[in-house]
Amino acid sequence: MLKYLFAKNEDIPQGSAAIFFAFSSIVWFVVGTGLGSFNAAKLAFPDFVTGSELFSFGHMRQVHVLAVIFGWISMAFAMAMMYITPALGNTKLWSEKLGIWNCFLWNIGLSLGLTLLWAGITSGREYSDFPWVIDLYIAAFIALPLAINVWMTILKRRTQGIYTTNWFFGAGVFMVTIVFIVGNSPEWFNLTGLSEAYMTWWFAHNVLGLWITPIAAAIAYYTVPKVTGNPLYSHRIGHLHFWSVVVFYSTPAAHHLMSAPLPEWLKSFASVEGVLILVPAIAFVSNLILTMQGKWHMFVENVEIKFTITGVLMAIPLNMQGGFQQTRAINWYVHGTGWIVAHAHLALLGFSTFLEGAAVYYGIQTILRRKLYSLALANFHFWFLLIGFSIYWISMTIAGLIQGAGKIYEVPYIDVVIAEHPYMIARWVGGTLVFTGNLVWLYNMYMTARVGTEIPVGRLPHEMAYER
Amino acid sequence: MAFREYKIGARLFGVALGGSMIITLYLPTIDMTSVAATETSLRKQLSYGRIGGFSYEDPFLLGEGKPKTVVLTEDPVTGQQIETVEAYVYEPGIPFAGGINHPRVLGDGITDLSLEKGRISEADISAGAVFVVSRGSYQGETVNYIENVTATRGWKPEKVLSVAGDANTSYVGSGKIMFVKEGCWWCHTLLPEQTQDWQYFGVPPRLGDFNGESPTAFGSDRKAPDLLHVGSRNSSKEWMMMHFFNPRLVQPHSIMPRYDYMWGEKDASGNTIDFDAWGAAYNEYAKGESLYPPEVPEYAPNSQIRYLMDFILSLK
Repeated sequence: MLKYLFAKNEDIPQGSAAIFFAFSSIVWFVVGTGLGSFNAAKLAFPDFVTGSELFSFGHMRQVHVLAVIFGWISMAFAMAMMYITPALGNTKLWSEKLGIWNCFLWNIGLSLGLTLLWAGITSGREYSDFPWVIDLYIAAFIALPLAINVWMTILKRRTQGIYTTNWFFGAGVFMVTIVFIVGNSPEWFNLTGLSEAYMTWWFAHNVLGLWITPIAAAIAYYTVPKVTGNPLYSHRIGHLHFWSVVVFYSTPAAHHLMSAPLPEWLKSFASVEGVLILVPAIAFVSNLILTMQGKWHMFVENVEIKFTITGVLMAIPLNMQGGFQQTRAINWYVHGTGWIVAHAHLALLGFSTFLEGAAVYYGIQTILRRKLYSLALANFHFWFLLIGFSIYWISMTIAGLIQGAGKIYEVPYIDVVIAEHPYMIARWVGGTLVFTGNLVWLYNMYMTARVGTEIPVGRLPHEMAYER
Repeated sequence: MAFREYKIGARLFGVALGGSMIITLYLPTIDMTSVAATETSLRKQLSYGRIGGFSYEDPFLLGEGKPKTVVLTEDPVTGQQIETVEAYVYEPGIPFAGGINHPRVLGDGITDLSLEKGRISEADISAGAVFVVSRGSYQGETVNYIENVTATRGWKPEKVLSVAGDANTSYVGSGKIMFVKEGCWWCHTLLPEQTQDWQYFGVPPRLGDFNGESPTAFGSDRKAPDLLHVGSRNSSKEWMMMHFFNPRLVQPHSIMPRYDYMWGEKDASGNTIDFDAWGAAYNEYAKGESLYPPEVPEYAPNSQIRYLMDFILSLK
């Protein structure tokens, strides 16, 4: 792949950037979930690997979080954009070369940033932990080149309208660039105090709301119609989804700080807006489920649909939790507990990962024109992810409710720690299953690229899934 | 432009996103920046220094470039007994806290008094300065303000440090860096919640408690007790030392990591700490083969653990 860095743009095969991004994202997913499993082991067994600064929980926790967000999730998004945006515009990617440089610099910057975090060099702000130098790098060499490539591809499209997925992609790269630059500005301008704390959460919330959630949804808008062959049930509901994301999802940042001394009007406003995220959520889920009409057998038979629809279905508990857990009536009980950790994993490991997994599976097969190496391994991956995630989510939700009870009844803290211990072990087991599944996935995709059966012209990969 | 079919949509998008940013960024910022600093926030920012994360003065988060907090019972210039005072010593070259650089963040009255009576604008980085929190009256109300005692009373940083002595000096600012670097805040919050927590973890912070502080390190995931007032609940240095070296020494069910590596290589008397021998003796104790755990080594006066302990014990 690196040989294309200095090739002429015309000489680079179409889809190279997407493939580069695809394999980078899978490798980051393996790294990220491996770190997650390691961290979970440390919470269950505190004397597991001690004596070194580098392997202490406080140094590794944020590396796991940011490796997964910036490595796996965002790179899989970039991968999807590199092949879906041109496909929907009936054109080529604006610049394969820019895409390849983008991915190359992304890997370098992320490795550098995570190494710094690992050494403890942090800004001390959750989710924007990177020192401001790395923030600048991310804005200039990761976010902006991706945005330019997506916008130019949409502008150079050869179709008349823009399909739903591309509205989300075009708007998403724009919004994440703005959110990233504004959200990290406290570090560049040394803002202090409550405004800084609030901006930290403004950033963290909007990265989820204006980047991870809508882009994952946009991928489903592509994969479900494409693989099932059904047209999208309703473009109008797609409109509703898009506009309600922009209007409602960009505003409730303050609900992350419901127990902090923020202005009360801001908390109330954020809380009401937070409930309104049910509007895009219901629009999205119903639209996709209705698109599946007559093709539900594919939920069982087809890997991409299995992943996508699982992700779509997970959006239901995700948004039900998300909409209501931030209201004052519920937040006081669950704030700061494992419930929230479970919810965050439902969003990133449940909802978003399953949707992107489908895009990566589908993209690698279509671009390389090679059939999946092993359907059995893909199913193995699916079930390991799903079972591992479910164990994680259920155990952390229970742990969270225990913590919440301990919190409001002011139980001596150590009793809560003792009560949580079995769930900490379960969490580690779940995380390890996810990690194992991902190792299998990496092997499966590598073998697909190497020895997968070639797909003849005119056929689609999923049509050949059960052919020998 | 190829977006011509989307003229209305593109503009609406701009209005929606811009409107959202006005409501969620601009308006709250007006509110939050107009809040006057409480005494807590004056003391916090003075003891933490300019910034608590990655910075020019401390790129590797080693706790460099931070002020020292001293407790004085005598006037360092005249030698007379005075009422006990907490002074924040910025040696030459140490960057000042947010409120000294930008007095506006202190809030109405406090800014004015700090500038006029406290003479904070006369503080000079290259010469260093000492600050205290004083009380004055502003428009008939009692107000806490920052006083640059180097300008008002002639207290020089090196003199103040030598009069106070090492026993009365705390590395609170450097300790905050350790708190951030070691990720204490991934499990311990600094934010008792308003709806409960009063009995166990103490009073939740108020709106003005954070002016000039960066980062606030609230924490979001409470896997462990809140620490905002930990120094009031437990001020035993001995207990803290054992707990940091190996939390299971004092709390068998704790899941906190060991921070023994923060002791560095040498103990207080300059001897090399034998971690392997300590670990072996501890394992014997943990298995029930010996009656007492090994002694926790006394930490060196400039070790990272001293910084961290000074910070934790300052959380009153």
